[in-house]
Amino acid sequence: MTEDPPQTAVKAGPSAPTHRRLSLKRGRAYGWVLGPVLLLAFWSLGASLGWIDSRILPAPWVAVTTGVRLIAEGRLLPNALVSAQRAGTGLCCGILAGLGLALYSGLTRTGGYLIDGLVQIKRSIPIFALMPFFMLWFGIGETMKATVIAVAVFYPVYIHTHNALRSIDLRYVELAETLRLSYAQFLRHIVLPGALPGFLLGLRFAIVGAWLSVIVVEQTNATRGIGYMVNLAINYAQTDVMLVGLVLYAALGVASDCSVRLLQGRLLSWQRTLAG
Amino acid sequence: MTQAAVQVLNLVRSYEGKRVLDGLSLDIRPGEFVALLGRSGSGKSTLLRALAGLDHDVTGSGEVHVPEKVSVVFQDSRLLPWKHVLDNVVLGLSAPDPKALGRKALAEVGLTGRETAWPNELSGGEQQRVALARSLVHDPELLLADEPFGALDALTRIRMHDLLRRLCDLHKPAVLLVTHDVDEAIELADRIVILEQGRLLTEKTVPLAKGERTQLRLDLLGHLGIGAEQVAL
Repeated sequence: MTEDPPQTAVKAGPSAPTHRRLSLKRGRAYGWVLGPVLLLAFWSLGASLGWIDSRILPAPWVAVTTGVRLIAEGRLLPNALVSAQRAGTGLCCGILAGLGLALYSGLTRTGGYLIDGLVQIKRSIPIFALMPFFMLWFGIGETMKATVIAVAVFYPVYIHTHNALRSIDLRYVELAETLRLSYAQFLRHIVLPGALPGFLLGLRFAIVGAWLSVIVVEQTNATRGIGYMVNLAINYAQTDVMLVGLVLYAALGVASDCSVRLLQGRLLSWQRTLAG
Repeated sequence: MTQAAVQVLNLVRSYEGKRVLDGLSLDIRPGEFVALLGRSGSGKSTLLRALAGLDHDVTGSGEVHVPEKVSVVFQDSRLLPWKHVLDNVVLGLSAPDPKALGRKALAEVGLTGRETAWPNELSGGEQQRVALARSLVHDPELLLADEPFGALDALTRIRMHDLLRRLCDLHKPAVLLVTHDVDEAIELADRIVILEQGRLLTEKTVPLAKGERTQLRLDLLGHLGIGAEQVAL
């Protein structure tokens, strides 16, 4: 519904004073591209004019040329696949654990007493500070790596889902009581759909956490993976390969975030009517 | 004694040491429309919540008898934003063909064609009509309404009064309507009950003649603490 403003309001005369607009103007589609594009232009310009030493930061196109070369040599894709597998395994385990425990502690008093306090205490210990212990317990192989990633994923999923479950509007609970919903119906129609936005928000944080921990665990005794490739490049001062690793992490991170946002759009289409 | 739809006997409800309902008794006949007036804090909502079975963690005594099928309409429409209008209407409805019943109920409130709209896309009045449809689809013997039109604009209110009257004539539930609005009470109810400090202050049958209604309005307003000199006629 677009309404044409009345003619008198268009002219700012003394009879129809228009106040200075304090809110933001309507945004443009793809406006967010501006910052990255400017940075890329500045970087390209600096590299081609020789302001930026290529030993410190190679030109942006080097990422592409080196990337193509690494693919041709068969080094890039296997490593990327291993990293993606690690992230995927950790994500799955972390999401399952986070969701399961959040449901138990969010929906029952006992679960809340048992689990929530523990999680809140453990939350203040940075996951990477626990890594030495994880190495003691799980060795330095894949189990330890998957565990670290899963734990990093667990927290945001648990915390946002638990919070969403506990902050279900009491008015809807009353409604469920007056409609005499069974507990299963109450969960299915009110609690779970109501907590879904919180869970998906947690999932977005979880994906960031997963990639972050992939990078960290791949610095430790990895023989494959993007992190390993970058580590090796650091030893040989191959800044171009380091740059490819960086771009790859960014691409994988953005791609996975986009897929969750797509999922959000699908599952929460009832919210979109408000955002427009 | 005739079979009453609602029987409240000597009901006491306390909240944080304060008596909100203080030995209240009230009967509602089947099909009777009772409006409950009272100032804020007089115990109107507490009574309604007691009848709706929503008073957990409240101490009290007394007897409450309500029919098997009770529906509640709240001040806000309380539609689930993640369910389409029709799914909201049939929520918790166990019947052979719930969707057909839901469509019929939506037709009764004049919302045919909006079955797949999201609640957020409807106006306040339309949302409240969906809430009415949701309560009537259960074919209640008692309809409890807690200021259902309080948040609507004056014109929408008038339309909703007509609609509620028509629907009540059609389905004939006993109705307990909690309201602040004396005119709304006179317009809709067969009988008006005024609550004060958790007790029944007075009750009046609503007459049909216009002149008598004007007098009733003055009386009711007087009971609510508004003198004749403050009332615009």
